[in-house]
Formats: sequence, structure tokens, C-alpha cells
Amino acid sequence: MLGIESTSIGLAYILSILSAIGCVIYGICFWNKGAEEINIDDKKWVKEEKELEKEL
Amino acid sequence: MELTYIIVLAYFAVIAYLGWKGYQGTKSDLDYMVAGRNVHPYVMAMSYGATFISTSAIVGFGGAAGVFGMGLLWLTFLNVFVGILLAFVVFGGRTRQMGHHLEAHTFPELMGLRFKSRFIQGFSGLVIFFFMPLYTAAVLIGAATFISAKFGINYELALFGFSAIVAIYVIMGGLKGVMYTDAFQGSIMLIGMVFLLIFTYSKLGGVVNAHEQLAGMSGIAIKIFGKAGHQGWTSMPSFGSPFWWVLVSTIIMGVGIGVLAMPQLAVRYMTVRSKRELNRAVLVGGIFVLAMTGVAFVVGSLSNVYFGKNVDNLDFAIVTTTTVGEDGIEVSNAAPPILAELAPKPDPAKGITVEITKKGSISLLAAGKNVGKIIPSYVLHATPKWFGLLFLLTLLAAAMSTISSQFHTMGTSIGRDFYEKGLLGGKRVKSSIGVTRIGILVAIIFSVFLGYWLQRTYGGQGMSIIARGTAIFFGLCASTFLPMYFGGLFTRKITRAGAISGMLVGFMTSFFWLGFILKIKGKMPALLAEACFGKASLLDHAKSGFILWDQVDPLFIAFPLAIIVTIVVSKLTRPLPEEYVNNCFKGIK
Repeated sequence: MLGIESTSIGLAYILSILSAIGCVIYGICFWNKGAEEINIDDKKWVKEEKELEKEL
Repeated sequence: MELTYIIVLAYFAVIAYLGWKGYQGTKSDLDYMVAGRNVHPYVMAMSYGATFISTSAIVGFGGAAGVFGMGLLWLTFLNVFVGILLAFVVFGGRTRQMGHHLEAHTFPELMGLRFKSRFIQGFSGLVIFFFMPLYTAAVLIGAATFISAKFGINYELALFGFSAIVAIYVIMGGLKGVMYTDAFQGSIMLIGMVFLLIFTYSKLGGVVNAHEQLAGMSGIAIKIFGKAGHQGWTSMPSFGSPFWWVLVSTIIMGVGIGVLAMPQLAVRYMTVRSKRELNRAVLVGGIFVLAMTGVAFVVGSLSNVYFGKNVDNLDFAIVTTTTVGEDGIEVSNAAPPILAELAPKPDPAKGITVEITKKGSISLLAAGKNVGKIIPSYVLHATPKWFGLLFLLTLLAAAMSTISSQFHTMGTSIGRDFYEKGLLGGKRVKSSIGVTRIGILVAIIFSVFLGYWLQRTYGGQGMSIIARGTAIFFGLCASTFLPMYFGGLFTRKITRAGAISGMLVGFMTSFFWLGFILKIKGKMPALLAEACFGKASLLDHAKSGFILWDQVDPLFIAFPLAIIVTIVVSKLTRPLPEEYVNNCFKGIK
């Protein structure tokens, strides 16, 4: 397969590319899904995170 | 050479500018979140990718591919499928929601709060602080090896010089989560690696042709590494051989699974606004990781073809047979060169003479038996000079983006997780900032020392120290953290005692196996077995079926054991109050 001796490695080669293509398809299909409003927890978290960064 | 310095300085100027913009408070992850604006998914994915992929992956694992071959592509598959798709889609959203709700700012803190245990937070912090330097050292070695080859300076000077630059960078503000800096670095990496792939395939006559030439070299691979199980660079090592165990159990599985429980990556999920940003980042992330690890592993393997054609340092024999014809004239026939070890002995009586000549090479020999030098040697020998410069920037970007997040993680692990939460019970004290800062300094010094010591001790012995050092840390994280991380995010049934037991069993089994069972390479003993018991391994040469116990990675033992212990102890112990657990899962569907 593709000049590669072992089928197992040929498969890994193809699967690596296919999984990256899968990521692209997933990204496109779910591009606008999962949006959430910023809630009070998020704001509190950001405030403390910024303080921590400042300290460092 | 002047141009090299100018471009490197220009690179640092851009990094400094982006860092300064971040310092102004306009471009950090958090500002975007507070402002309610969306981070461009390209930026988020590049930022994650640049943190995930380092010189360790490119130089270390690319070099390992030069030895083990294209079997490492299974790791690329896991990097994309597990490290991006599974990590972002399955783990990312829940980590972000639970982290924000519980106000966790580090990975140990998330685990500590989920299971209401200061011990978990403190202990996890200590494990990260003491063992992450192994990974940081691997990243430093990868960068220093290339710098030393590129500028013709000795390794120690490259290591100390580069470490000093990185230290200044992180101290000047590189610890802040400045996405645009990381995204800029990720973009350079992407350009550099895509060019490297196109160049290599075109230089070797196309995709299939290049692979076929590599497959045609399997005889040489078997002759040189055959005893350890090598079957050629386009074949997997023979099942159950020492090479198979290192490749599959340590390199592929250790990193492939361990990425899910990487503390510095898990906190990245918390810095995005919503699950939508994670979904979008999957698109770019998948391509980025394929372009990084896939290219490094293919090019590392194919470098054998290049060195086979362009470097002559393998011993080949030209066997000449001389016969006397009926007319009394001597006729000499020289056979095509064969590997010296395969040649017959000279026999003057039969007219056989053997002439040894240097012809062809393999990547490991061309790189002076230093696995870490395979990719640098290939880039500097085979590619145009200007690309050597681009590749230098690629590696600087890869190293700095990863190392800054590592130092951040190590500092907070010792200051916030161990000292403030673990020891002082969560009291906010000023001294914890001091402990964090000292922690970062100690982590830098310890990592540099390891980078020096590992290279000096194991560097020239054909061992892939960068890949193995990285894989050991990833495996340790998987065994110690993954059962409770997965259990904490996806089920309400894991108890505090279950989480603690699984964490301790995972860590201690890994530590014991690393110290007393796993032989480092071939005959090199396990780290502590020889000092304590005078043996190379407590299971030296022990074999059960296809299992070579002294070659099995700790992950294969510790991870399943930790899962079992986590589940069994959880079944037998009192769960956390329902109200508390429900609160942890608030908002998670």
C-alpha cells in the first residue's frame, strides 16, 4: 500500500490522514453548535485567573 | 551567518511585541472571554497545538522514526484521534464547565475540588513538579541538539544558551496565556513542517517511490537491528520483540493515551468561552497535529533513504572471484557490494578476495549514533540553507510555546497546589507567590541539569532519550491521573477513596516499574535495580509467552491496575454527599 511494505503501517498512514479529515468534517458540522452564555461562574473564574497571572 | 542572526533577532522581536500586546491586556484568552467575544478558532487551535507539539515531537520522535521506522505513524493516528478529536470533543467541554463552576485554575485543583480532597491536589502537584522536568528536559535537548548542529557549537553551550533565552522569555511574561504569541509560533511550525514534507517527497522521487526505496532497505535494517526485532522501516518490529515493546508500549501508547491527562493541556480547555470554540478548534487542530507529527515521522523514516544515497559510512564488501581459464588467462568477477557481515571469508586458494569499502549509510550512523541528531543532520545536509534557518525558527517556536506552559504548570503545582492548598489548607498567603516563583526557578535549573545529564549519559548510545523521556512522563500522567480524571468528569460513582487509591496505585506502580523492572535499553539496567539489588532488572529476561517483562512499559501495568483499584475501592467506600457531587456536575448535560 503506497509503497509501504506492511499493511499495518499503510493503515496507520491512511488512518492518520482520515482522522485529520474527520476533524475537519467535525469542525464544519459543529461550527455553530455548543455556544453558551457567559455566566457568573465564568466571570468569577476569569477574575481569579487574571489575579493569579498578575501575581506570577 | 549574519542573516541567520538578523532573522532570529527579528523573530524574538515579533514574539516580544506580541507578548507586550498581551501584557496590555487586549489579546489574552481571558480578556476575550470576559468581553464575551469569540476567539478565532484558528488562534485557539494553534495555541493548543503549539503547546502540545514541541521539539520533542519533531526532533525526538522524528529521530526515533529514523530508527524504528514508519510504525510511529500509529502515534500520529492517536495524536489526532485521541489528542485532538477525543480530547476536545469528549474531555474539553466537561473540563471547562466543571473547572469554571468549581473555580479550579490548575489540573490538580480540579481533581482536588471534584473529590473534595486536599491530598489529591497536593500530591498531584508534587508529582507534576518532580516529574515534568523530564519532559521539559526532552524539549530542551531537542532544541539544543539542532542549535548545536546548526551553529557548529558544542551541545552544552547550545543547551545553556537556549535555556537562558527561554528563562528570560518566561520571566519577562511568557507565562501569560498570550494566544497570539502561541498562534504565531504555531503558524511558523506549520509552514516549516509542510515544506519539509513536500521537499522530502519530491527529492526522493514522489510518495510511492520514496516509500518503495525505504522498503528496499529492509535488508540493511534487519542486518543491523534484526536481533532486537527490526523488520525494515516500513514494517512493524516483530511481535513481542524488544523493539516492538519499546515502540508499542512506550512510544505509541504512552504518548497516545497520556495526552489526555496532560496537566498543562487540560487547563487550556478552561480558557475558552464555550464548547463551540472547542468544536471549531478541532478543525484546525487535526490538520496541525497531522502536519507536525505525521511529517516528522515520515521524514525521520525517509531520512534513511537520503543517507543511504548520500553518505558512505557502512561497511560493504566487494567480493571478487578469480578463476583461470583454459587458456591460462585469469578472469576476475566482482559481485555487487554486499554488507560486510554477509561476505564470505577471503580464500586465496579458491581465488576469492574480499575488499571492504564504505558505502551508503542509515540515519542513525549518519547522525553519529545520536537519535536526537537524525532530524537536525537531515535538515542541515539535505535541505537548502535558507530552510535550515526556517527550521531553526520552527524549533524555537515549538520549544518556547511548550516550555512556557510547562514552567507555568510546574510553578503553580508547587506554589498553589502543594504549598497553598495541600499544606496550608487553602489559606491565601503571600508566601505562596514566592514559593511559585522559586518553584519555577528550581524547575528551570532541574530541567537544564537533566538535559545535560541525560545527553551526557545516554546521548551517543543509539537511544532515543528525547522520545523515551517524553513517553515516560506521558505514561506516568496517564497511570496516575487518567482514571480519576475520566471518572471525575463522566461518572458520579467514583468516591474520594477510590480516586486517591487509584492515583496512588497508578503512581507507585509506575515508579516501581521504572526503577526496578524496565531496562533502559538493551542491557542497560533499570534506574534503581542495579544500585539496590545489583541486578539489571528484578525481572531480568523474564518471559511469559510474548511478554518480555523487563521491556514492558510501566503504563501497561500501572494504568489497568489503577483503573481496577479506582473502581473496586469506589464500590466498597462511602460516596461523597449527593448534594456535593450534583453541584460538581451542575450545568453538565
